[in-house]
Amino acid sequence: MIRSSPPAVELQHDIKGRSLWQDAVRRLARNRAAVASMIVLAVIALLAVFAPMLSPHPYDEIYWDRIQMPPDFANGHWFGTDSNGRDLFVRTLYGARVSLMVGVLATAVSLVIGVIYGAVAGFVGGRVDDIMMRLVDILYALPFMFFVILLMVMFGRNIFLIFVALGAVEWLTMARIVRGQTLSIKHRPFIEAAHACGVTRTGIIFRHIIPNVLGPVIVYVTLTVPQVIMTESFISFLGLGVQEPLTSWGVLIAEGARLMEAAPWLLVFPATLLALTLFAFNFIGDGLRDALDPKDR
Amino acid sequence: MDELLSVADLETRFRTPEGEVAAVAGVSFAIDPGESLGVVGESGSGKSQVFLSIMGLLAKNGRCSGQVRFRGEDILGLPAARLNALRGSRMSMIFQDPMTSLNPYLTVSRQLTEVVVEHLGLSRDQARARALEALERVGLPDPAARIDLYPHAFSGGMRQRVMIAMAILCQPELLIADEPTTALDVTIQAQILDLMRVLKRESNTATVIITHDLGVVAGLCDQVMVMYAGRLVETGSVREIFYQPRHPYTRGLLRAMPRLDDIQDGLLDTIPGQPPNLQALPPGCAYQERCPQVYPRCRSERPELRILGPRRGVACHLELGP
Amino acid sequence: MSDILLAVRDLKVHFPVRSAGWRGAHCHLKALDGVSFDVRAGESLGVVGESGCGKSTLARALLQLIPPTAGQVLWLGEDIAGLGDRAMRPRRRGLQIVFQDPLASLDPRMTVGDIIGEPLRVFQPELKPDQIRHRVETLMGTVGLLPHMINRYPHEFSGGQCQRIGIARAIVLQPKLVVCDEPVSALDVSIQAQIINLLMALQRQMGLALIFISHDLSIVRHLSHRVMVLYLGRVMELGHRDGLYRNPLHPYTRALLSAVPIPDPDLERARQRVTLTGDLPSPLAPPTGCVFRTRCPMADRRCEEHTPLLEPAGPGRQVACHHWRRNADT
Ligand SMILES: Nc1ncnc2c1ncn2[C@@H]1O[C@H](COP(=O)(O)OP(=O)(O)OP(=O)(O)O)[C@@H](O)[C@H]1O
Ligand code: SF4
Ligand code: SF4
Ligand SMILES: [Mg+2]
Repeated sequence: MIRSSPPAVELQHDIKGRSLWQDAVRRLARNRAAVASMIVLAVIALLAVFAPMLSPHPYDEIYWDRIQMPPDFANGHWFGTDSNGRDLFVRTLYGARVSLMVGVLATAVSLVIGVIYGAVAGFVGGRVDDIMMRLVDILYALPFMFFVILLMVMFGRNIFLIFVALGAVEWLTMARIVRGQTLSIKHRPFIEAAHACGVTRTGIIFRHIIPNVLGPVIVYVTLTVPQVIMTESFISFLGLGVQEPLTSWGVLIAEGARLMEAAPWLLVFPATLLALTLFAFNFIGDGLRDALDPKDR
Repeated sequence: MDELLSVADLETRFRTPEGEVAAVAGVSFAIDPGESLGVVGESGSGKSQVFLSIMGLLAKNGRCSGQVRFRGEDILGLPAARLNALRGSRMSMIFQDPMTSLNPYLTVSRQLTEVVVEHLGLSRDQARARALEALERVGLPDPAARIDLYPHAFSGGMRQRVMIAMAILCQPELLIADEPTTALDVTIQAQILDLMRVLKRESNTATVIITHDLGVVAGLCDQVMVMYAGRLVETGSVREIFYQPRHPYTRGLLRAMPRLDDIQDGLLDTIPGQPPNLQALPPGCAYQERCPQVYPRCRSERPELRILGPRRGVACHLELGP
Repeated sequence: MSDILLAVRDLKVHFPVRSAGWRGAHCHLKALDGVSFDVRAGESLGVVGESGCGKSTLARALLQLIPPTAGQVLWLGEDIAGLGDRAMRPRRRGLQIVFQDPLASLDPRMTVGDIIGEPLRVFQPELKPDQIRHRVETLMGTVGLLPHMINRYPHEFSGGQCQRIGIARAIVLQPKLVVCDEPVSALDVSIQAQIINLLMALQRQMGLALIFISHDLSIVRHLSHRVMVLYLGRVMELGHRDGLYRNPLHPYTRALLSAVPIPDPDLERARQRVTLTGDLPSPLAPPTGCVFRTRCPMADRRCEEHTPLLEPAGPGRQVACHHWRRNADT
């Protein structure tokens, strides 16, 4: 019965803050841990964006005379160099680019697909719901790595494939969450009231259901981002991720772990940044959950 | 003194994220043995909290102060063990939704006998006989067959009967019923009210009926307390309250209710506006924003409950002049 | 007659249910079983009955929010029973509803302005935002809300105010008939009176017809022209208000009326009562013959064997009881 899938802009329009959301933002602003986390994230993101301007060293230049050097401020290798003699500081920030981008983009993909899919399945219900959720179950059952390797084999190693693969897996959980939420609100009187006012089913999904399930969804999003970053690390760790000389936190950590005893800085710096990012997202998630809690209003 | 319960200056406060609220303030009253007291007021006026405070059943964020004497003994802030001995045996309480106060995982017989075994020290068999007798008294059809069922097998009316049976098991001296019929249909409500009338006639139990339905009070109570914004605004005998109400709020309430024996058409008299926010009470009388007779004194000075007779009081400046 | 807005004929709504146990047998819960009545323009029809008698089902079935199992719902002479979403949409303009739970029937994520304006956006998409805003503000004044509250959210309002918002949403399209499903039962006494007055005033100003569903017989008496009494999904009695309240013919109506407490101590204590024994039977297994016979003080063999049909009993009066004549003019 769903006629057209409206563009994501419409979705944006509904999420966009009016005073309820402003309220939430205000409450979020009072949560110190969440605010600090947002600042940390912003700093990491800015560093990643302006990385090349911050250091005299390009990320792929090999200094044959400075292989695996510990951090040294005199020559600008603030994080030291790796086993190929490349500057670790720049490489960590380039890794941040990839990791954050993978995290955010893959989550965005899973958000759009998962929310629409889950809301439609939950709201339409009946046989449609059965079929849609059975499909999700089947995809769930596929081993994830098998799926990734299949994609790699078919299309070669490509960074966009990582987005696709991660998004395609993460949206399953999102769809389940949204469907559950939708089921719990679709019999609430305000949905019936909208129906009685002549609002179409598409209208009900996009104007009433989705805005009302976004609270838990946003929280879940903040948990998905770090999860995606971790998974990307895992893929890269297995050597299926980004290609040299490009790098990601996952790749850096994998190499750092290998050389942990000889050159601990190779592990410490990227791992610290990754941990900071994960903590930050978790705190923001907690803060958002509290800020969006209706009982707090 | 032969008062069963006397309450002086009861105050109940709750800590909330927005600050403290005084849900009950400066409430004083007394109940005689065998008397039936009706408590009326709008939602949030503090009716329930007065009696939850007395029973020591306040929510965790609540604190109360003042004096509550039961048979001369101060029971406010008694240790839990002492209160437990008192609750259920000498005073008991019935709630609006019987399902929340019955344990869904225990049979009715188990729940009923437990009370008796605990408070009166009877044996299991004696307790069971006692429970059956109580169920019979409250008019539960076929009690012998039903006593071993779980609460979900009962209808709303039957559950309320079970609750009443549980409350009268130990022949308490005080029975507090918080909206005992609000969740029930009119015909079932009539049955339960009949039952309460019979119980009142047959025993010397004092009852408190908390309700927003003035009709229930009219049929069942001897004394009435009217509450507004956490305070008593008027007390008196049931005839005084219904036939000579002296507080503008009481008068407004009586007029705002459409009546079955009503012959007038057209618009109802209303109380304008809505109950005040307890956290932002204006100085002076809490009813000033809605009172048709408000005058300057009401806005600056809070009317205290003036004692007009042994059982009569009103908290309003109106009859005092400026 | 041309002024009949809504004519309901033999309306049935049965819900399939599965009885307890694994693979329990299928049976039907007859929430409404053969209900017929008319509503004329500008009149108010009160519908009373106890919980589970099908009041809310009736409201939803009239608006096609749940599909009727059988029977006709003639809206302006045209049968709308079972119409699909799309076919029903244009007809919703004239047929609106107010719900029981004031807060729950408002979308918590929408402002009051958006909520009241929603029907306008659906039916008059050509209106510009400021035109909608203007209409909404005027209407907020009409239902007794301050127009500057237009950007507030439902949770910032009290129950009575939320019900005003619900009423404003129902009348924004100037419907001909509004079904009110227990609109005041969640509200305090003093607020109830305000909402009843508002509904009566609107009815007079706009020539609205109302179907006013309630379990409170005093309120129904106050604002209905005619009253219909339901029991277990069936009409027991239907008639003009004064006749029905003064001289109830059906034993159930009599019992209902005598069960309502009157806020007057002397009157209330002196009253003769008909107290019903027992509970409502389960709607899954209604009694044979007359559905009321298990609680009826007048029941006999005939009531057990034959279902009484709704029969005329005086001008504008219908009763479903074999023995109503015994109650006439007593
Ligand atoms: N745990 C709590 N924390 C904060 N405030 C509370 C708490 N419990 C009750 N209150 C407040 O105390 C006030 C009085 O509540 P109370 O339950 O006594 O009202 P009531 O007169 O019984 O109303 P009703 O008719 O709705 O039962 C209300 O404003 C209520 O919001
Ligand atoms: S004190 Fe004043 S405002 Fe309060 S009830 Fe009396 S007359 Fe009204
Ligand atoms: S038909 Fe018989 S059982 Fe039914 S209401 Fe009439 S007298 Fe009672
Ligand atoms: Mg209460």
